[in-house]
Amino acid sequence: MSHTRTTRRFALHAVAAAALGLAAPFAVQAADTIKVGVLHSLSGTMAISETVLKDTVLMTIDEINAKGGVMGKKLEPVVVDPGSNWPLFAEKAKQLITKDKVAVVFGCWTSVSRKSVLPVFEETNSLLFYPVQYEGEELSKNVYYTGAAPNQQAIPAVEYLMSKDGGSAKRFVLLGTDYVYPRTTNKILRAFLKAKGVAEADIMEEYTPFGHSDYQTIIAKIKKFASEGKKTAVVSTINGDSNVPFYKELGNQGLKATDVPVVAFSVGEEELRGVDTKPLVGHLAAWNYFMSVPGPANKDFIAKWTAYAKAKGLPGHKDKPLTNDPMEATYIGIHMWAQAVEKAKSTDTDKVIAAMAGQTFKAPGGFMSTMDPENHHLHKPVFIGEVKADGQFNVVWKTKGPVVADPWSDYIAENKGKKNVPEKK
Amino acid sequence: MIRKGRASGREAGRSAVAMLRALLGVLLMAAAPLAVRAMTAEQAHAIAVGDSEARIAALKQAAAAGDARVPVIAQALLDGAVKVDATRAYLVQPDGSAVEAASGQPATPPDEAEDAIVNNRMRGELDAVLAALQLRSADPEQRRAAVKQLRDGADEAMLPMIEQALAAETDTALKAELTVVRARALIASSDAAKRLAAARALGEETDPAIRGLLTERLRPAAEGGESDAAVRAATQRALDGMNDRLAWGERAGVLFSGLSLGSILMLAALGLAITYGLMGVINMAHGELIMIGAYATYLVQNLFRAHLPGAFDWYLVAAIPVSFFAAAAVGAVLERGVIRFLYGRPLETLLATWGISLILIQLMRSLFGAQNVPVENPVWLSGGVAVASNLTLPYNRIAIIVFAGLVLGGMALLIAKTRLGLFVRGVTQNRPMAACLGVHTARIDTMAFALGAGVAGLAGCALSQVGNVGPDLGQGYIVDSFMVVVLGGVGQLAGTVYAALGLGVVNKLLEGWAGAVLAKIMVLVFIVIFIQKRPSGLFALKGRSAEA
Repeated sequence: MSHTRTTRRFALHAVAAAALGLAAPFAVQAADTIKVGVLHSLSGTMAISETVLKDTVLMTIDEINAKGGVMGKKLEPVVVDPGSNWPLFAEKAKQLITKDKVAVVFGCWTSVSRKSVLPVFEETNSLLFYPVQYEGEELSKNVYYTGAAPNQQAIPAVEYLMSKDGGSAKRFVLLGTDYVYPRTTNKILRAFLKAKGVAEADIMEEYTPFGHSDYQTIIAKIKKFASEGKKTAVVSTINGDSNVPFYKELGNQGLKATDVPVVAFSVGEEELRGVDTKPLVGHLAAWNYFMSVPGPANKDFIAKWTAYAKAKGLPGHKDKPLTNDPMEATYIGIHMWAQAVEKAKSTDTDKVIAAMAGQTFKAPGGFMSTMDPENHHLHKPVFIGEVKADGQFNVVWKTKGPVVADPWSDYIAENKGKKNVPEKK
Repeated sequence: MIRKGRASGREAGRSAVAMLRALLGVLLMAAAPLAVRAMTAEQAHAIAVGDSEARIAALKQAAAAGDARVPVIAQALLDGAVKVDATRAYLVQPDGSAVEAASGQPATPPDEAEDAIVNNRMRGELDAVLAALQLRSADPEQRRAAVKQLRDGADEAMLPMIEQALAAETDTALKAELTVVRARALIASSDAAKRLAAARALGEETDPAIRGLLTERLRPAAEGGESDAAVRAATQRALDGMNDRLAWGERAGVLFSGLSLGSILMLAALGLAITYGLMGVINMAHGELIMIGAYATYLVQNLFRAHLPGAFDWYLVAAIPVSFFAAAAVGAVLERGVIRFLYGRPLETLLATWGISLILIQLMRSLFGAQNVPVENPVWLSGGVAVASNLTLPYNRIAIIVFAGLVLGGMALLIAKTRLGLFVRGVTQNRPMAACLGVHTARIDTMAFALGAGVAGLAGCALSQVGNVGPDLGQGYIVDSFMVVVLGGVGQLAGTVYAALGLGVVNKLLEGWAGAVLAKIMVLVFIVIFIQKRPSGLFALKGRSAEA
């Protein structure tokens, strides 16, 4: 193992990996490995969502190493915990890049953490793979966005709510955690709804702080708003562990999906673990992947994850393994990066960026995932799922095929004429 | 169903209209006996899978034909117990065997068969089919459920059926509800006189769904709203009256949520009222004692799940003493090991306990992982009771308010009536004198501190039912706890109670008005200003105190 600075957590993982007798030899010289940074919150309010992504990275690295690594070298993960603390993200990113000399970083969930690390990656010309749906309005040459842009999640979801099958909603509550992603997404949605002829008075916007746990007032407000006019729907961009008390309160207050459907953009199988989903049946989530998506590729992915979770004894997952959209996006991202490095025969940032364009990978979601030649986003299909009593999702609507990302949403006036291409620096 | 399903299915109701209209002609107008025609397997398949439009058409057709398999299939679809392959639909029985949907004959679905998917719209239609059948049921409960479905979606086309049901109805309460449904149907009637009567009848209502309807009727006439001036005025009056009545529900809701938050603040702060208020120890690890109580609850839950699954719903009862003693034990160790050396040195105590809080957080991370652990609500704490049409009080919050009251009562008794309480009061008021009289002051300190810690543990047990349980749980409450104790006035319990409840209600009032983020800021600013004006809090401790 390398003698450079590694976290204790990584050391533990490394020991576990070695003990499992994976193909990796016990002692690999530092020069023979490619270091890969993992920058996900393992504590704090976002740990509920991000911890599993760290494990997904480690699983995928094991998988790639078992097949011989990249360019004949093993990948060596360096895991750090930025602890849901946004400035700490930047510090840890800097540490990964300048001290640990990682070739690439996989990480971040919230947009505020991504915005925090962005200057670090641009300054050092390093690569970040960001696996979560986000608000767009950003396009850096140093970031690959393997989650959804607004037109790959938020806009189709609201269109669905307005359709007959979605309940022909006429009034909307835009509910979110108070930070850049929900605020920007709601700005885009507001403009979109206006374009669709929804009046200002029929839109209510509400925000709560990170880690908020008392949703009584919010639910009462939604109920009141819903009783003041036509069919109402809620668009939730609540992030992190606040979702658990939110959905508990929703269920306890008896707000049913047939009355007021709630569509969430940051709630998947993992966030609903431990919530009694029986009163929540019919509430929705929009993603580019669900664990319930049929097909051999997904079966294979779930089987791999299940085996990994059991072998590593991951809390929760060892008994009830769950996969979700950001895990899939993480998985696709690492494989594409590995393919690009093989193609470029180098881990140099600019060479890898050149090789990333047009990369394809067979995604667990059952489609061929393509990296756009220019805009650093994946072409992804959009799924809308309804919560089932067992916490899984029924896909009730999907796009015919993959959708090309539009990070600079046309619904924001200033974006008119902006090209979906990172600016050359 | 009754516990959780209070809110009426508005969308379901709306589709009920369409459904019932379709059924109307066949089921009620036709005097012919119900012809039970056999459904074909193709029909059943068409209901179970395909485009929503086509499925709904197939469902309506089958329901209109009065097929006896329709309710069975509808229920199975709602329960998610239907599988489909390319040509057939199968109902999966609870024992795992399957039958062909249309015939009810045993059949084995092929391996590639997929679950039939029901979306919200389809769910509404299925509910409506079942409601239409229930309306003619002999069981008044079933009829009530059916009327509920009708309530939100009735229109004029359904009048004959409503009249018929009204004529046949014997239950007076149901009759009244059906009258409302009739008024609901008539509000959009083409006859202005009928609309006027309906508007007057609806004026007595309190169902929020009807408020939406009346609001819609009051849109400008050009947009399809009411055109007749007299009816418009009556509708406006009905809406105003209704808004007034609903406003009471809303006010009561704010008050309840304020009380609920207040009770949580009180539970969190009560322990601190002893350790800081009575003993003067600035215990920064107080939040972590709450967290220990929550984790103790989690452990008890897991024990019950593993060893007593039958009594799982009652794990919480066992968790109460466990969380108390777990936190009390940690508190006693803290006091014996660290705090007793630091009495009278507030700065050192503050730093030491803050360090301890970090150690405890890391300890929990190492033991249970950094992620939140799932603590389930027992069934009897899930759902809520609907006290008004627009006010549902969740059971878990009611339970916490009651629990907070009990803990407060217990504490007050302990401090005021027991020997331990007497000693605690004696030692905190005049330590040398108490020692002179033979009180073992060191032991009293430990016990008082353990008591405060134990109460914090109880708070953790309660908090596990409404919030997340994770290593950082305590961090969110330490500031609030100190705020409550300082605002209430150091040195007595009554101040803590008033401060907690007051802060809870004020916070919720502000939250409704300014949003959660601003409300929090405003409360903090308010407390800063208040403490400036009254440094000793709401209730200053009067009288002679040895240390004061």
